[in-house]
Amino acid sequence: MAQKGIREYHAKKILARWLPEYSNGEFKLHGKYALVTPETSLDELAEKEKWLKEDRLVVKPDQLFGKRGKHGLVLLNATFDEAKKWIDEHMGKEVQIGKVKGKLTHFLVEPFIPHEKEYYVAIKDDRDADHIYFSTEGGVDIEANWDKVIQIDVPVLEDIDNIDLRTPLSAQLSGEELDRIERFIRALYKVYRDLFFAFLEINPFAVTESGEIVPLDLVARLDDCAEYWAAKKWGDIEFPAPFGRELTPEEKYIKELDEKTGASLKLTVLNPKGRVWTMVAGGGASVIYTDTIADLGYAKELANYGEYSGNPSTQFTYEYAKTILDLMTREPDPRGKILIIGGGIANFTDVAKTFKGIIMALREYADKLKENKVKIYVRRGGPNYKEGLRLMRELGKELGIPIEVYGPELHMTRVVRLALEGNPETQEQKA
Amino acid sequence: MKTSKPDYILFDRDTQAIIFNEQRKAIQRMLDFDYISRREKPSVAAIVSPGREGYLKVFFGKREILIPIYPTLREAVEQKPHADVLINFASFRTAYSVTKEALFYDTIRTIAVIAEGIPERFERELAALAKKLGKWIIGPATVGGLRAGAFRIGNTGGSIENLTMLKLYRPGSVGLVTVSGGMLNEMFNIVHQNSNGAFEGIAIGGDRYPGSTLLDHLLRYEANPDIKMMVMLGEVGGTKEYEVVEALKAGKLTKPLVAWVTGTSAKVFPTEVQFGHAGAMATSASETAEAKNQALREAGAIVPESFDDLGDKIREVFEDLKAKGEIPEIEEFEPPKVPMDYADALKKGIIRKPKEFICTISDDSGEELLYAGVPISEVIEKDYGIGGVIGLLWFKKELPEYARRFIELSIVITADHGPAVSGAHNAIVAARAGKDVISSLASGLLTIGPRFGGAIADAAKEFKRAFDAGMTAEEFVNDMKRQGKYIPGIGHRVKSVKNPDKRVELLKDFAFKNFPNTELLNFALEVEKLTTAKRDNLILNVDGCIGVLFVDLMRSTGLFSEKEIDEFIEMGGLNALFVLGRSIGIIGHVFDQKRLKTRLYRHPYDDILYIHPDEEKEFFGG
Repeated sequence: MAQKGIREYHAKKILARWLPEYSNGEFKLHGKYALVTPETSLDELAEKEKWLKEDRLVVKPDQLFGKRGKHGLVLLNATFDEAKKWIDEHMGKEVQIGKVKGKLTHFLVEPFIPHEKEYYVAIKDDRDADHIYFSTEGGVDIEANWDKVIQIDVPVLEDIDNIDLRTPLSAQLSGEELDRIERFIRALYKVYRDLFFAFLEINPFAVTESGEIVPLDLVARLDDCAEYWAAKKWGDIEFPAPFGRELTPEEKYIKELDEKTGASLKLTVLNPKGRVWTMVAGGGASVIYTDTIADLGYAKELANYGEYSGNPSTQFTYEYAKTILDLMTREPDPRGKILIIGGGIANFTDVAKTFKGIIMALREYADKLKENKVKIYVRRGGPNYKEGLRLMRELGKELGIPIEVYGPELHMTRVVRLALEGNPETQEQKA
Repeated sequence: MKTSKPDYILFDRDTQAIIFNEQRKAIQRMLDFDYISRREKPSVAAIVSPGREGYLKVFFGKREILIPIYPTLREAVEQKPHADVLINFASFRTAYSVTKEALFYDTIRTIAVIAEGIPERFERELAALAKKLGKWIIGPATVGGLRAGAFRIGNTGGSIENLTMLKLYRPGSVGLVTVSGGMLNEMFNIVHQNSNGAFEGIAIGGDRYPGSTLLDHLLRYEANPDIKMMVMLGEVGGTKEYEVVEALKAGKLTKPLVAWVTGTSAKVFPTEVQFGHAGAMATSASETAEAKNQALREAGAIVPESFDDLGDKIREVFEDLKAKGEIPEIEEFEPPKVPMDYADALKKGIIRKPKEFICTISDDSGEELLYAGVPISEVIEKDYGIGGVIGLLWFKKELPEYARRFIELSIVITADHGPAVSGAHNAIVAARAGKDVISSLASGLLTIGPRFGGAIADAAKEFKRAFDAGMTAEEFVNDMKRQGKYIPGIGHRVKSVKNPDKRVELLKDFAFKNFPNTELLNFALEVEKLTTAKRDNLILNVDGCIGVLFVDLMRSTGLFSEKEIDEFIEMGGLNALFVLGRSIGIIGHVFDQKRLKTRLYRHPYDDILYIHPDEEKEFFGG
């Protein structure tokens, strides 16, 4: 539910499809793009995409990370056989990009186009205006040359056709080139706007002698909230997980559940071996619980980030809780584990109702929870919370699992301290 | 519209709102808040429910009132020009167009947009439009906000118990603004525990481009003399908090501001993680929570070490102001009690009520529909068929397979008997009069009774009576003769011993093959031997055969007591079986007539014998 990156392949396909229409046919892309996945047979693909065997090729990973050249992950000016060999060598290979490790699974193949001049263009959104950036000196060093980048703002309520692009652009362009680039930027902006792009950077793009625009390297994000309005124009695209963050089956399952309900269900597994698991209600509260766990020095032990909110049904809460309980009881840890069922004071989520789903799951996993020496800490408020807390307390007694239960009288995150550093009061009682 | 309110006041104790979409629960919650706040007028003036008109009946304290419902926003605005707030509960698909429309009505000044998932381009346009037109948007993707003791947006603040506990029915001295709608209520709690309570709290929503910003609301609080200190809860991602930093530096915010930006843990994640809110992702170093907290601290805000200490900081600032004599005394009062809702009381087990209706055959109140305790999915998976469903819904019994098939066979056999019989005929006449399928069917079914279709029940009754009394076939025939009655289920217009009725043969075959016991049929066949000896066409007919076999069926399954069998016949169960089967044929005839577009039926003159009153005398005397 936000800005999401798409593959370079899909972004180029979108531009190839729509740029001609938004420029009265003036700007055409060659449209020769192929996406290679682990399932792709290159030979079969080459029967459909004849150019694969006719043109010299460029191959690069297409998985939402940049600086591919610097990581030696771009193959230039290759024959079909060379490209095939290169992909074979790299497919499934683990690489480290910055802090992140991940497997290479998707490659973009396109024709190699020799060119001289490298232009830069980017469009970025901001609260009051879209910012258009342009430079005749694009390429890998654009950041170093940022002082040479022209910025043009299109205020939110303004039409691009009423914006003077010519004056600022003439700082770097003139004559026919100026005319052409001006028209190109206008058309590109209209595509950007109408198709709900949130970010688009083409660095660099070249213009061939015949006037064809060739985007060489491209990064794009779409606003996935606009799917209802723009899905038809986007065509068959996907929103891949960030590199190195391919969804686990459990994360995928929760994502599917989330899409089925008007409520919100989110799960990110950070460290499946972590001892501290959370099941927190609310997008805002879940962040604060995570902060508190990190503040207390347990970041490395934190197993997951997630939240449920928007009054999910008992059934959905049950499925959500079951998924987390299943994950956290797969491998016992001699030190035991902690589950924090937290949340603020709900506005309209029925606490007893959502807790019933969680309780169903806890009951189902009672034996496994005991095997894994899981201690449960609950803190929650909101409609019907007293009933919800009572049910939790009774469950603890019934199942013989340690469950400490708190309401709004306890500061929201103090339960984290109790969970991680122990409760001085109950320890005294034990002594 | 010019209001007498200062610019910094969005809501007061007279503010009224129009609610887009009929959110009954939220509306009731608003009115309950009004009641405990001792408002004179309810805070909801009208509801817009596209395409619908009328009134919503809601409680205002102990009594019920009506709130008008309009089909369009325009009508609501025209009818309620004093309502200057729109609470927009439209879905993410329509929230944008509804909000945009509302911005252009002069009388609407503030719009709260609840929906989550509105495209950012739309949000930016709405925010820019609002700014240009001098209006306020709260949200999207928020629960809204609340001014203590004055006005509540929708569900803000949760249950009445919570509002009462946090004393939100009367204003305190703290102006509160959060990003997260879910956290607003928790923040009301923290503010309540550490000060004299909130004056107002607004959640701007977790999207990247909310219609109004943290700073927009802080500036209102700064201008409001009743607000003595401010609390802000920001979030990782975006740059909204830097506007606050700039305003602090520029001296535009001078009241003490306790601020915290959540999401300090974002750095512990190996890759970017989209937190629960759309805007909650840092795309540059300056958007991280630490950077923002640091900038706020440097600009003069009071920033705790962690969320854990936020309450303590609020307390410190509040106590300090109090010591300086800047906090006025609050006049406390006991808020009126909102009576508990009947449904809630029932749920909590505080009250009970005798039921007016009893149902023992089916249950639609749970997760899945039940037929006599059997979930509908099982009915389908286990192939109960029509016969099995009749077993469940008529008898509450699981009938054996042969019984189910016999019932289905009976339905098939009785489904139709041509257009001339009274049921079909009546239905055809009704259909030709232009009546709908249900009226036509009913007009046909209403002929079923003692003379038409009724022989099944009568045959079952008479044969059973004789057999159970231990009569022989001969005794039974003689007994009926003595009473001057025809034997029901015996005799056919054209069929005879030599020309048997195929349907009867089928039924008998089925019974002999499948029923453990056919004693009543055997008895009926003995009777038939005697009657056909008198006249060839006095055979056991289809009605008689179904009637006696149904009794054999019920007995042979061992599932029914004699009392249940008699009760079933007495209730008209066998007529019901005939009604069920024949409805299929009658509906067919009705459709047939409709497809043929046949015209009104009028019986021909030449087929009617007209007799005048004077002639009547001649025939009947008198």
